[in-house]
Amino acid sequence: MAKASFEIPKLDEYPEVPPVVPGTMAHSKPYVAKPDFQAPLEFPGELPDDWHDKAIDAMGDLLGKYRSLRVYLDSCVKCGACTDKCHYYLGTQDPKNMPVGRQDLLRKVYRRHFTFAGKYFPKLVGAEDLTKEVLDDWYSYFHQCSQCRRCSVFCPYGIDTAEISMAAREIMDRIGVGQKYCNEIIGKVYKIGNNLGLPEKALADTLEGLEEDVEEDTGVAVKFPLDVKGADILVVTPSADFFAEPHVDGLIGYGKVFHEAGVSWTLSSKASEAANFGMFIGSYENMRRVSLRIREAALELGVKRIIFGECGHAWRVAYSFLNTLAGPFDFLDPKYPVPQHILEFTWGEIQKGTLNIDKSANDDMVVTFHDSCNVARASRMGSEPGGQFKIPRNVIKAVCNHFVDMAPETIHEKTFCCGGGGGLLTDDLMELRVKGAKPRMEALKNVIEDYGVTNMAAICAICKSQFTKVLPYYGMDMDMIVSVHQLVSNAIVLTGQTSEDDEEESTEDAA
Amino acid sequence: MSFLTIAFAVLFYVATVLLVVGLVRRIALYWKTPAPLKIPTTPAPVTQGGVVLRMFREVVFFESLFKSTKWTWLFGWLFHIALFAVLFRHLRYFTESESIMAVVAFVSPLFKYLAFAMIIGLLGLWVRRLFVDRVRYISAPSDHLMLLLLLLIGVSGAMTTFVVHTDVVAVKGFFRALMTFNFSDMPNLPTDPLMVVHLALVALLMIIFPISKLLHAPGVFFSPTRNQVDNPREQRHIADWARKLES
Repeated sequence: MAKASFEIPKLDEYPEVPPVVPGTMAHSKPYVAKPDFQAPLEFPGELPDDWHDKAIDAMGDLLGKYRSLRVYLDSCVKCGACTDKCHYYLGTQDPKNMPVGRQDLLRKVYRRHFTFAGKYFPKLVGAEDLTKEVLDDWYSYFHQCSQCRRCSVFCPYGIDTAEISMAAREIMDRIGVGQKYCNEIIGKVYKIGNNLGLPEKALADTLEGLEEDVEEDTGVAVKFPLDVKGADILVVTPSADFFAEPHVDGLIGYGKVFHEAGVSWTLSSKASEAANFGMFIGSYENMRRVSLRIREAALELGVKRIIFGECGHAWRVAYSFLNTLAGPFDFLDPKYPVPQHILEFTWGEIQKGTLNIDKSANDDMVVTFHDSCNVARASRMGSEPGGQFKIPRNVIKAVCNHFVDMAPETIHEKTFCCGGGGGLLTDDLMELRVKGAKPRMEALKNVIEDYGVTNMAAICAICKSQFTKVLPYYGMDMDMIVSVHQLVSNAIVLTGQTSEDDEEESTEDAA
Repeated sequence: MSFLTIAFAVLFYVATVLLVVGLVRRIALYWKTPAPLKIPTTPAPVTQGGVVLRMFREVVFFESLFKSTKWTWLFGWLFHIALFAVLFRHLRYFTESESIMAVVAFVSPLFKYLAFAMIIGLLGLWVRRLFVDRVRYISAPSDHLMLLLLLLIGVSGAMTTFVVHTDVVAVKGFFRALMTFNFSDMPNLPTDPLMVVHLALVALLMIIFPISKLLHAPGVFFSPTRNQVDNPREQRHIADWARKLES
């Protein structure tokens, strides 16, 4: 079990809602961005003297731009429906991690400055001035929300705490209080093209290495093309797919699927990152700037289609916002949705029968599936509502013999966040990440004990990294996490493939 | 005309103006504020018709709340449905239409008992607010006072029906006169304390409606997570302020 300087939650067989313990996570704060990390995003580097007025002005500006913010700050009746729905509350017991508790940090200032009742009867309606202490609370608790939208499923008015958190982070950025992790990464995307700061040369080398590995394993020359002009499909994938485990096994899976489908595809060094951290910080301008790279890459390479790799928040921005931010995509082939998810493509090929699948290749596993929060509640796959649940499971079942779902209240639209989404996947928030993973760990532990589950498949770079890191804290093996396309990769028998398995089988046949 | 009658006439005119102007301004504000991004909570309907259906289920059955907490749903839904039934019965004070009066008379034997359902719903919600630690934590004084206000309105109203009858003909005459601005034959309001309390609190509720959390009533219809069609790939969605960034 991994060592920790904090208490690791005990997993319960039947999850219970814990009692409120105020202030348990008041100390949790990510590193603040230095001026150098603020500048590329066009945010001030430090807190100005008139920060209070600037913050209120920023709030007013956002209230005029986002109907969600205005309506949600007005509409909450404090019914409590959301109070036991956030994984961070369930894991920390801190009432400011209840969705409404988190919203109220912003709402009390909104009421004080923008409502009649709050201006004249602040005590009565719980309105408060924006003090330095309140700002500190904002910084702490708006960086304890992974924008997973689970609360919005249960709210009778659909109030989405993600919208409130994004607005709060944008206000803080505008007064020079940015979060290092997100803002440094966005700067890297502007400068180098991806979150990891992987330059073009390194990327080309990595892909070449992948080609060699796959050829060594299978005897088939599967290509991982980069910046190929005139290719049909531009593939945009999270940069973790280029080298992190188990992400890279997923990327190998995409390559094999494209190879067998016989389509021409390419990655782009300019758009070598699917993730868009502009969403995490609630900045429309930065989210747009990050998105425009993809449009530019598609135009420069002259592709006909765009397909996104396995990534949760990235798929939200791609599916729900890309057309808004960087559209219209009338220069692409109108026969295909823009963009498509890699699972939509793979499921299509499976249905067409272009892939030669040997399900027994995954017989050493009993697999369960973690619905990534932003795929589940903020996007879709396929043409039917709920396709985002069916298509990944269909693909898994098509390549695995043993699949089991976790408890119904922890999957589909009620899925729990991995605990590391929304710009929180940083080591300075390790305690929060471990505690926030508790509900998912409980559900996983139950299917391990009841059904002998050995692996959990995920379709998000953040989920994969987060679980790899967090599982050991709960006494589970970090290698349990697999990419869905890793399962596909295992099961695909490439045309002309000569693998060890085949040789073994042929010896058996001969004997 | 008695002083009380004149005072209440003025009060109800003021309350009505504040309610209507306040709500119209707020709704106009919601209407004018753009929703720059597609953010329906998915799975979401892919057609406008589907959205209407989703909103209908939300507003009439409190679908999301049902998914969340059965007790809150039960008390909340009971209160709202009973409130509408009781309000429907109140139509008889405002209309001369014989057909409406006939419908009200027809449903009254059942609907008048729904006042108790309304009170039970409110009490249930208050018990939850007082005794569930999470809900107590998020409650401001106004949240408790709102329940108290609604309870007092419900109890005082129910008592005029079930305990101490009031002169309903005079009450109706008073409101018809207010509505038609015909003050010559306006009767004096009954002076029994229950009636006075009931009417005063209703006027107070009307006044605070547009400046309180009661804005959830119009708000739900403007909630982008509930009222947007899930079609961002098919149809480009862009706000005016965002389009300006493109030039």
